[in-house]
Amino acid sequence: MSLLEVENLRTHFISRDIDNQIRVAKALNDVSFRLEAGKVLGFVGETGAGKSLTAQSICGLLRPPARIVGGSVLFDGQDLIEMPQEELNALRGDQIAMVVQNPRTSLDPLTRIGDQLVRIHQAHTGGPVTASRGRALDMMQAVGIPDPANRSNAWPHELSGGMAQRVLIAMALMNNPKLLIADEPTTGLDVTVQAQILDLMKGLTERFGMAMIIITHDLGIVAHYSDEIAVMFAGTIVESGPVREVFAKPDHPYTRSLIASTPEKLQIGGGAKLGGQPPDLYNLPSGCPLRTRCTFAEDVCATPPTRKQIGGGHYSVCHFSGALPEGGGPQ
Amino acid sequence: MTSPVLTVENLAKRFPTGRSGVFVNAVNGVDLTIAPGETLGMVGESGSGKSTIGRAVLRLTEPTEGKIIFDGRDITKIPEGQMRPLRRDMQMVFQDPWSALNPRMRIGDLIAEPMKLHLGLSKSERENKTVDLANRVHLRPEFLRRHSSDLSGGQLQRVCIARAIATNPKLIVLDEPTSSLDLSVRAEILDLLNEIREQTHAAMLFISHDLGTVKLISDRIVVLYLGSVVESARTDELFSNPAHPYSQSLLSAHLPADPAAKLERHVLKGEIPSPINLPSGCTFRTRCPVAKDFCEHEVPKPHHIGSAEHQANCLRIPDGGNRIAQTETA
Repeated sequence: MSLLEVENLRTHFISRDIDNQIRVAKALNDVSFRLEAGKVLGFVGETGAGKSLTAQSICGLLRPPARIVGGSVLFDGQDLIEMPQEELNALRGDQIAMVVQNPRTSLDPLTRIGDQLVRIHQAHTGGPVTASRGRALDMMQAVGIPDPANRSNAWPHELSGGMAQRVLIAMALMNNPKLLIADEPTTGLDVTVQAQILDLMKGLTERFGMAMIIITHDLGIVAHYSDEIAVMFAGTIVESGPVREVFAKPDHPYTRSLIASTPEKLQIGGGAKLGGQPPDLYNLPSGCPLRTRCTFAEDVCATPPTRKQIGGGHYSVCHFSGALPEGGGPQ
Repeated sequence: MTSPVLTVENLAKRFPTGRSGVFVNAVNGVDLTIAPGETLGMVGESGSGKSTIGRAVLRLTEPTEGKIIFDGRDITKIPEGQMRPLRRDMQMVFQDPWSALNPRMRIGDLIAEPMKLHLGLSKSERENKTVDLANRVHLRPEFLRRHSSDLSGGQLQRVCIARAIATNPKLIVLDEPTSSLDLSVRAEILDLLNEIREQTHAAMLFISHDLGTVKLISDRIVVLYLGSVVESARTDELFSNPAHPYSQSLLSAHLPADPAAKLERHVLKGEIPSPINLPSGCTFRTRCPVAKDFCEHEVPKPHHIGSAEHQANCLRIPDGGNRIAQTETA
C-alpha cells in the first residue's frame, strides 16, 4: 500500500450564472496518482491546470463553489474525503503538513514565531509546554535559522521572505509529518535563497523519511529535486513517471512542448510553439482536452484517450502514446 | 564602433526613507553602454536596483547622481517639456501587462495611442498602422475591438510590445517582460522579441532575475548586486567563465530543466543585506565565500578578464582567489 493513493479525483466549481443557470467548471477530472513513503513527487503544468487544486482537494481545504464530486483519496489506508471533520483536523498539521507560496500571509502577525511553533505542537501532541519549546528550537535549528533561542521571540514582520519560509517549514515539521505538500515553496524568493530552501527540504525528506509533493511551474526544480513527475493539463495528469525517464523520453505532446519551452531547450525563432489558450473549464472539448491545440490531433482524439504504460512506472494519456515520432512534435 | 544609443555614467539613486539622513541606496555608481541594435541583459536578485536603473535611464525616476546620455545627448537634467519629444525614441515594456493597460480603452486605441501622441498621423493612417502592428505582434485583428479583460496575459504582453514599437524607438527597456507568463507563452514572447529586434534593430535593455531567459535573448549581460555592477561580459563568456564570486554562485543556483545536468553548487549563506546600511568596502563581502579582511576596507574597481568586454569588480582577482572551490552534488 502506498502512503497516498488518489483515484479518479474529480473537483468541480458549481455555481449559478447571472441568469440563475447552473454552471460547472470541471477543474479536476479523474486525477489518479500514488506516492510512496520517502519519495518526492513534482507536479507541473500551466496556470489553471489544477496543481494547487489537487493539493487543496487532498487536504480538504476546498471552499464553495469548489466541491469534490467523485473519487477517493487514501492516506495511510484512510479515506480523507469520507473522514469526519474532527478526524481530518487531527491529521492536518500533524501527519499531513503544507507549505504555501506566500509565507507572510500564512503566519499569525500578532504572535511571536516561537509561540506559533509551540501552538501547533500543543494542539496535536500535547505534553508539557517546555517540551514543545525544546522541539521548536530543534526544528528552527534544523531549518537553518541562526540563533533559534533569540529568533523565536521575533515577530513575523521582522523576518525576510526566506526566513519566513524557513519558519513555515519548521512549523510543518513540528509534528513529524509523513507527508509534506509544498505549493510553490520558493516562487517569491531569489535564486540563491531558493537553492538554500530546496536543499533544506530535500535533506529533510532524506533525514526523516517524509514523502513530499512539490507543486511548481519551474521544471528545473522538478528535474533536480523530485523522484517522480506528474504533468497536469486541464485538470488531468497527462503524463507521469520517474523524472529522468520523462525528461529523457517525454511521450505526451503537452509534455514535449513544455520541455521544449524551457530555456535549456528553447530554440529562439525555431519552429511553431504549442500556442493557444488553456481550454475553457466550463466547456471542455470532448475527448482529449489538448486536441484543439495539438499538432498531432486526428479524428480519434474526439474520444477520450486512455492511460497507457510506456515504461517502468511511466504513463501517458494520449491516443498515440508510444507511436509519435521520437523527439518530434510541437517545439 | 558606432556611438552608443545609451551611455550611463556613475548613476546613483537614493530614496528618502522619511527619517532625516537615512536613505535607501538603490543604485550606487553604475556605468552602462548599449550599442545600436544591441540587447543588454541585466540580472540581479530583488533589491539589486535593476528596475530602478531601467526607470532612471528613461527619466521615469530622477537620478540622484550621474549622467545619462541618450543618442549623443545628455538628458540627465533636461526639463520634462524637452523630454517629451525624445520619448518616442525610448519605450518601455513592464512586467505586469494587466496593470500596464487602461482597462477602459479598446486594444486598437491602446496600440494607436503612442502614434497619436508622437507621430501626428491622420486617423486613417493610424488605423492602418494599428492593423499592421497587430500583425507584427501576431495578434488577430478581431482583438482590436475588444478590451484588455478579454485577453490573456500573453496576448496583453503582445499589446504592450506593439505599443512599444509603434513609434520605431531606438531603445526599448523591458522590465521582466516574461516573468508573469506561463512557460509556453514565455517562449512565444521571447520569439516575438527576437523577431522585433531583427526587424527594427532597436537596442534593448532586458531586465530579468531569470538567468535562463536572459541568456537566450542577450548579446551582453551585466550582473548587479546591491545597486552596483559586479560583472559585465558577453553572454557566452559570462556563462563559461564567470569571474565574480557572486556571478559564480548565481549561475550555480540556476536549475537547468534537465535532470541529467550536473550541478556545481556554491550555495550562498544568508540573504541580500539592507540597502539602507550598505556593508563597507565590497558590498558582497558579508555573503562571499572567498572574502578576506581587506574586502572590508576597499571598494573594488573593475578588472579586465581576458577580452576587453569582460570586467569584474572583485578585490580577489589580482591574487587569483576569486574562484569558489568547486563542489559537485547531484
